[in-house]
Amino acid sequence: MVQYTSAHLDASFSALSDSTRRGVLEQLGREEASITDLADRFHMTLTGMRKHVAVLEQAGLVVTEKVGRVRTCRIGARRLEEVAAWIDRYHQLWDARFGELDQVIEELKRKEKSDGRKTRK
Amino acid sequence: MDARRGSELFAMKNITKVERKSDREVVVTRSFDAPARLVFEAWSKPELFVRWWVPKSMGMTLRSCEMDVRTGGSYRLEFGDGMDFFGRYLEVTPPSRIVWTNEEGGENDSVTTVTLTETDGKTLLVVSELYPSKEALDADGGGAADAMHETFGQLDELLVELASKS
Repeated sequence: MVQYTSAHLDASFSALSDSTRRGVLEQLGREEASITDLADRFHMTLTGMRKHVAVLEQAGLVVTEKVGRVRTCRIGARRLEEVAAWIDRYHQLWDARFGELDQVIEELKRKEKSDGRKTRK
Repeated sequence: MDARRGSELFAMKNITKVERKSDREVVVTRSFDAPARLVFEAWSKPELFVRWWVPKSMGMTLRSCEMDVRTGGSYRLEFGDGMDFFGRYLEVTPPSRIVWTNEEGGENDSVTTVTLTETDGKTLLVVSELYPSKEALDADGGGAADAMHETFGQLDELLVELASKS
């Protein structure tokens, strides 16, 4: 069993709570990229992207390396594995559940709507 | 109708959010486009509950489900292969709150609290799982979700899925 460090996980989840940062992770999951590349792709200023990358880096989700003038970003695999395993267990399960719960609830709504014309409980 | 294409933004749909609140507590939040009484109904009627509690992606089949959803009542979910989940309802307050124990874990028993808050016809659902210790939490990972462990794919794939939510 992998031991998870809750402080790390907190930082990771907080980092993942932003859609741009999730997009950055997705992008880096395909190939490494410089801050400039990322800023272009996400239509952001360099400063804005630097902040996002810094958050991801602090959470251990991304590692960066400066070579010359270019800072290259890539996925920080080890920490991600912790988070991924943990997220998988909780998030995938609950998300799948809720997806199916949506359908049950939609059905209840339709039913209530059609019953509602006759009587309300 | 509404945009449901795979690459839609996260904001377009109801997001399932998982947070580790402390060493011992995990909180899952999700909104539903329905009043609380309907969401509560889907949680408290066994015939509805079994339709979503064990998602198809888990690759498990619920063999039986008994639920006496009232304060002091008990429940038991059987999956076969000796995998049973059982416990008691510590509190049931329609349509806003259900609290139950998960007693299959022996010393690692946890308590699950479901809270429903309705606003403008939508319901915010909060599921809290409180464990006796950090170790118990680490060891669990969502109960039956352990069965999914082997199906973990590549890290990159997971990330793509997280990010695109397709």
